[in-house]
Amino acid sequence: MRVFRWIIGVLIIAGFLFFNFFVYEGALLLKLVNFGLFCSLFVLLRVIFGPTPADRIVAVDILGILIVGMLGILGLYYDQGFLMDVALIWALLSFIASLAFAKVLEGRQLDE
Amino acid sequence: MSNTVIDTIGLIFIYIGLAFDFFGVLGLVRLPDIYNRLQAATKCVTFGSAGILFGVFLIQGFTSFGFKALLGVAFIFLTAPVAAHVISRAAHRSGIPLVEGSVVDHYQDDHDLKEDPDVSAETS
Repeated sequence: MRVFRWIIGVLIIAGFLFFNFFVYEGALLLKLVNFGLFCSLFVLLRVIFGPTPADRIVAVDILGILIVGMLGILGLYYDQGFLMDVALIWALLSFIASLAFAKVLEGRQLDE
Repeated sequence: MSNTVIDTIGLIFIYIGLAFDFFGVLGLVRLPDIYNRLQAATKCVTFGSAGILFGVFLIQGFTSFGFKALLGVAFIFLTAPVAAHVISRAAHRSGIPLVEGSVVDHYQDDHDLKEDPDVSAETS
C-alpha cells in the first residue's frame, strides 16, 4: 500500500514535469508559473483532506505566500508593474487572515 | 552584455525559489503532524517566495517594479514567521495532540496549558 502511494506520487510529479517542460510550448516564465500552480494544487489537497482545522489554516497561509511569488513571475512575463501591487496587498491580507484564523482557533477552546 | 548576465542570475534565483517552494509543499503534504507540517512549509515557502521576488528585482533593476519586489521580500520575511508562530501557539493551546512517538514537549511542561491528568494528580 505504501509502495503504491509512492509510485502514484512519483508518477504524477514526473508526468507533470514532462508535460510542462517538454510538451507544452509556451514562454519559459509561463512554464514556471505552471509549476507554481502545480505546487498550489498540493496545498489545496491539504486544505480539502486536512484532519484538523489547524492544518487547513496552515495551508491557507502557505497558499497566500505561494501566490505572492507566482504574481512576481507573472508580472515579469506581462511586464506590468501593478501585479506587484496586487502581490503586496495579497501578502498583507493573508497575514491578517492568518492572525484572525488563529484567534478563532484559540478562542474555540475557551467556549468549550 | 552585462544585462544578459544579470538576467541569467535573476532566472537562477527564480529557479532556486521554485525548487524551495516545491519541497516545502511536499513537506506540507507528506509530514505526519501539524507542527512538522508548519515547520517545513513555512520555512521553505518563505525562503522560496523571497528568492523569486529577489530574482524579479535583479531582472527588473532599479525601477518601481523592482523596488516593489524588494519591498515584498522584506514584508514576507517580517510577516510569515509571525503568522506561523501565532498559528502553532493557537494549535497547541486548542489541544491538538503531537504525533505518536514525540519525545518532548517543552511548551506543555513549562506552562501547563492543557489539563493533563497525570500532572494535575502529581501537583495536587
